[in-house]
Amino acid sequence: MNFLSNLISGLSLGSIYALIALGYTMVYGIAKMLNFAHGDIIMVGAFTCVVFITNMGVHPAVGVLASVVVCVTVGVLVERIAYKPLRSAPPLSVLITAIGVSYFLQSLAQLIFGTNQRSFPKFISLSPIAIGQLTIKGESLVTMAVTVVIMIALTLFISKTRMGKAMRAVSEDKQAAELMGISVNRTITITFAIGSALASVAGSFYGLTYGFVGPYSGSMPGIKAFVAAVFGGIGSIPGAMLGGILLGVIENMAKAYISTELSDAIVFGVLIAVLLIKPTGLLGKKTNEKV
Amino acid sequence: MADRIMVPFPSNAIVPRKDADKRPVLEAHHLGIDFGGLTAVEDFNLTIGRSEIAGLIGPNGAGKTTVFNLLTSVYQPTRGTILLDGYDTKGKNSFQVNKMGIARTFQNIRLFANMSVLDNVKVGLHNKIKTSFSASVTHLFGYSQAEKAADRKALELLDFFSMADMRHMPAGALPYGDQRRLEIVRALATQPKILLLDEPAAGMNPSETARLMENIRRIRDEFDIAVLLIEHDMNLVMGICEGICVLNYGRVIAKGTPRQIKSNPKVIEAYLGKKAEEKNA
Repeated sequence: MNFLSNLISGLSLGSIYALIALGYTMVYGIAKMLNFAHGDIIMVGAFTCVVFITNMGVHPAVGVLASVVVCVTVGVLVERIAYKPLRSAPPLSVLITAIGVSYFLQSLAQLIFGTNQRSFPKFISLSPIAIGQLTIKGESLVTMAVTVVIMIALTLFISKTRMGKAMRAVSEDKQAAELMGISVNRTITITFAIGSALASVAGSFYGLTYGFVGPYSGSMPGIKAFVAAVFGGIGSIPGAMLGGILLGVIENMAKAYISTELSDAIVFGVLIAVLLIKPTGLLGKKTNEKV
Repeated sequence: MADRIMVPFPSNAIVPRKDADKRPVLEAHHLGIDFGGLTAVEDFNLTIGRSEIAGLIGPNGAGKTTVFNLLTSVYQPTRGTILLDGYDTKGKNSFQVNKMGIARTFQNIRLFANMSVLDNVKVGLHNKIKTSFSASVTHLFGYSQAEKAADRKALELLDFFSMADMRHMPAGALPYGDQRRLEIVRALATQPKILLLDEPAAGMNPSETARLMENIRRIRDEFDIAVLLIEHDMNLVMGICEGICVLNYGRVIAKGTPRQIKSNPKVIEAYLGKKAEEKNA
């Protein structure tokens, strides 16, 4: 029973990683850049929830919606201001810019909210569900259910809609897509918007799980989600989902059965092992070398 | 086929205003581009009429694909102007000139290899069948009207080239000749006024080339659009082009009908080199 409940909290944590990893992988697939500021969008989302729900006392649903709106706005603005002018710059410049944006967002949060952690409003108060000896936390169930719905919706969006097809076309060949009448810039903006919306949802769940949010709350889950995206095969959407969930489960199992202190080391160790055996990640595509 | 007009080839046609719909579909005036001090194309002039099939030929490295890249705004010209259906394409992005009515294929096939044949064509239809972002979200769980319309249109186009039964295959899994055909279908899906084909017959055997020639004529006749093609297969060029433009070292060295081009000494020289006695003369 203990194993099962560890598994379930691992799945719940993994769902959060998967939501964040999707943003990393989609932006990488379409804009071919690593947006290291993505993790901090989670923090922005969580703080927005705190401001709206705790400080202003609005209904939690309105607060979550506001956090989605704020995160999408921040994500799209960051892309416009910081990344768009570097569209044809060397990848290293873009990477350094992304790290700069990450520090900028963290410092901005420190300036506004101070360095202390704030307590996150516990707006979902489901009593634990007991099945036999197994008890499942309400938040875990909600996290997993919402993540599954989002993943299905995202998969349908990518595979069935006109915009989804444009995104896939841009990720395969930017220039050919542009010559078929697709605005690459607009597609990238939409990708950032979707990624940031997912990060804001992840931010709410992260806050609910840990109960606190601070200016640096986004960096560790951000890095782990990046690991998850690479683990699953960066650029691959199912890969990010699988990578995120597996990472959450591995982390939780390591905490439960090996050592809490070593859990992060174990997570990153697994990443190294996977990349040694399969450099493109679990579901990564083979890279076609262009001649 | 509505009144086809042939714009006399070596001309920068001046079209009277009342004949606005008879104006040439594509005009390039004194086009030039430098790459870091190296002039790749210089003083390129070309006029292509509606429903005309024209050829752009020249030895390797003459600048033919560079001209295509200029015409489709992959590169912005250093000098000169391009008029597409009478409108200047200066400062436009590739996707904007595509919307204005120019579509192309690529010398080395650039299909969306992991997407299905049908989806490749539907990417071409991107701007033609509109759905708003909110509509695509609300219709996530159903298939929207616009998606159905796109499906129908894409199948119609595939059927025109007898490719409808391959629609579920990933584009990258198609045989080479079919990939070349699919590139043409995808370009046609953007509903261009002029189609640019970059070496459409490359790697094809004579019977495939004959079929391609037939298809190019059908495209012109059924879709009533102009075609400009780069090709090394002289049988194809001489067989279907009404006007030919020859490029060498980035400059136009000859323009005319296939008959004129075949007997033009400059062209023969560019392809075969100068005879020894002429060099001395």
